[in-house]
Amino acid sequence: MIEAIRDAMDVSMARDERVIVFGEDVGFFGGVFRCTQGLQAKYGKSRCFDTPISESGIVGSAIGMAAYGLKPCVEVQFADYVYPAYDQIVSEAARLRYRSNGDFTCPIVVRMPTGGGIFGGQTHSQSPEALFTHVSGLKVVVPSNPHDAKGLLIAAIEDPDPVIFLEPKRLYNGPFDGHHERPVTPWSKHELGEVADGHYTVPLGKAVIRRPGAAVTVLAYGTMVYVAQAAAEETGIDAEIIDLRTLLPLDLETIVASVNKTGRCVVVHEATLTSGFGAELSALVQEHCFYHLEAPVARVAGWDTPYPHAQEWDYFPGPARLGRALLETMEA
Amino acid sequence: MADAGMLRFHVPEPEVRPGGTPDFSNVTIAKAGSVPRPEVEVDPRDIRDMAFSIIRVLNRAGEAVGPWAGLLSDDELLEGLRHMMTLRSFDARMQMAQRQGKTSFYMQHLGEEAVSCAFRKALAPGDMNFPTYRQAGLLIADGYPMVTMMNQIYSNESDPLKGRQLPIMYSSKEHGFFSISGNLATQYIQAVGWAMASAISNDSKIAAAWIGDGSTAESDFHSALVFASTYKAPVVLNVVNNQWAISTFQGIARGGSGTFAARGLGFGIPSLRVDGNDYLAVHAVAKWAAERARKNLGPTLVEYVTYRVGAHSSSDDPSAYRPKAESDAWPLGDPIVRLKNHLIQRGVWSHERHTQAEAEILETVIAAQREAERHGTLHAGGKPSARDMFEGVYAEMPPHLRRQRQQAGV
Repeated sequence: MIEAIRDAMDVSMARDERVIVFGEDVGFFGGVFRCTQGLQAKYGKSRCFDTPISESGIVGSAIGMAAYGLKPCVEVQFADYVYPAYDQIVSEAARLRYRSNGDFTCPIVVRMPTGGGIFGGQTHSQSPEALFTHVSGLKVVVPSNPHDAKGLLIAAIEDPDPVIFLEPKRLYNGPFDGHHERPVTPWSKHELGEVADGHYTVPLGKAVIRRPGAAVTVLAYGTMVYVAQAAAEETGIDAEIIDLRTLLPLDLETIVASVNKTGRCVVVHEATLTSGFGAELSALVQEHCFYHLEAPVARVAGWDTPYPHAQEWDYFPGPARLGRALLETMEA
Repeated sequence: MADAGMLRFHVPEPEVRPGGTPDFSNVTIAKAGSVPRPEVEVDPRDIRDMAFSIIRVLNRAGEAVGPWAGLLSDDELLEGLRHMMTLRSFDARMQMAQRQGKTSFYMQHLGEEAVSCAFRKALAPGDMNFPTYRQAGLLIADGYPMVTMMNQIYSNESDPLKGRQLPIMYSSKEHGFFSISGNLATQYIQAVGWAMASAISNDSKIAAAWIGDGSTAESDFHSALVFASTYKAPVVLNVVNNQWAISTFQGIARGGSGTFAARGLGFGIPSLRVDGNDYLAVHAVAKWAAERARKNLGPTLVEYVTYRVGAHSSSDDPSAYRPKAESDAWPLGDPIVRLKNHLIQRGVWSHERHTQAEAEILETVIAAQREAERHGTLHAGGKPSARDMFEGVYAEMPPHLRRQRQQAGV
């Protein structure tokens, strides 16, 4: 998936000289996850460069560049470090088009690795997507595989508005399903690891059904798509798994059609439960599918604690926890 | 180790509070004409002392003296005087309109007119300002229509921002005036980013960042300085020190560094202090800094030493925290009076012509106001539609906003 993300930036930089890439360790070294490796050598230091450790500086300068007419695609090293840039994202990037009535716009992409599963403790594991889905003016994307990651990132770079692009870091090397005791299949052996050369996009705002099913709808994104697949397989429940891909704007149509068909819905995410994006999903399903529901909408999420270190697998909502919720929802 | 006793917590206080006698004897003012004018190619290390002095051109007799004088013709100075007088008159009318309930909020420039009016004349077309809420002189001096400003202030049917923004938070790309946020300091690093983009694109345009003394305490100010310094961005970093951040005197943000200009020294950025109430000095220093930026020599930090004579905003009453007569005691005087006296001294202006110009300007402002009010004020007449509220959040309206607009019935 790292190669797919790099390829998306490479393709975009080759097609449009306004696209520039920068962030901490992004230039010469190519990023701590190597997502920008080779871009500086290929496009020069003016278009791919290292920055001081200042997230508000990275995003703030990107906003100014976008106002000038460039299309910056910046990296925040870990989603856990984005908070110093939060004001720039929420008060500035998200509102610039609106407050200036289109006089100035802000076509930027803020990429950041998200989620846990790598023993990163509380500062390298968070999933802050709900902090961004609450902000009008932003788009929020979470890819779950290399093919989508490339197409969604190119679409994000080409989008006229600011996009928060959250890369589940546990998926960088393969489709991790929560079974940490087993080795992960590499992307090279997975059908969605197949990434087409050159330019293509995956449209923002469109979900996809990863596993068709009749019994219950599972709403998932990022790593949880594979956790859901494992849970369905292990419980034998015929779950329909929807990979949301874009959280804002949300593909409500696909969700509603599925839940109206199955009559049951389980929402799963790695982020903490309270006021998480699952609350929004659960409310929307209730509002739009109430008369089709045969069971309460269930939520499976990270516990409302900081992300722990030693207790990583007690915290992480794996297939066993999701499986229990599926069984309970089927029995309700 | 010797016993040092109990630690004591230090909170700086201004010299005087309401009821006291205004005292600016601690403000050291350099003599007009006394600060040298280095070449723009100067090594920043050789001019560190300029961060602690004050560049001044107009002396007490109204003469333009020293190496920073002589850049502007009489006609340009007369135009500058007219811009400042227009801004002051505009402010007075709009402040009154706010009191009359025609809008919710207003912020005036009283005493600070020279800073933005003179700075604008040092820029070239295409350059971009990232202003705060007290630089409307950038628009006035660039010929932006007053009626359009008023339409924005009234949030009326002709408001170019469709009623979405607080009064005075203008935006005009065409006039090199970036959309005002209302959040503080955020635009400082954006200005640096804009300047970096200009350099990345091998363009010739420069940016100007604006911030007040109080907001220099925000981390975005420091991000901006480090980015500007690292990438040698073609940007002028302006700090308007008007002594007061709402009720908080400048010493709270400044701490022990002596001056705000001195903040730039740690970043290796040439840092100048200038008499912000001296139109000629502001223009000359802005020109110097802009030339450095355009010659690829990097950023310059400029501290404008001025005084906020008026309240912070229409929601503020300064008599609660500073002596009423403090502005009269301000040692750098009034920018309009000083330029007026200079032009009289040069024989190209008179008290009579000044009084006449005041009346003419007021008439123009009132005519603009009448025109704007034909398009409505905040609570009366034409106003932006509720439908406008849903537009422009994104380039293309997403389904959830379409649903909400439908729900709102607009």
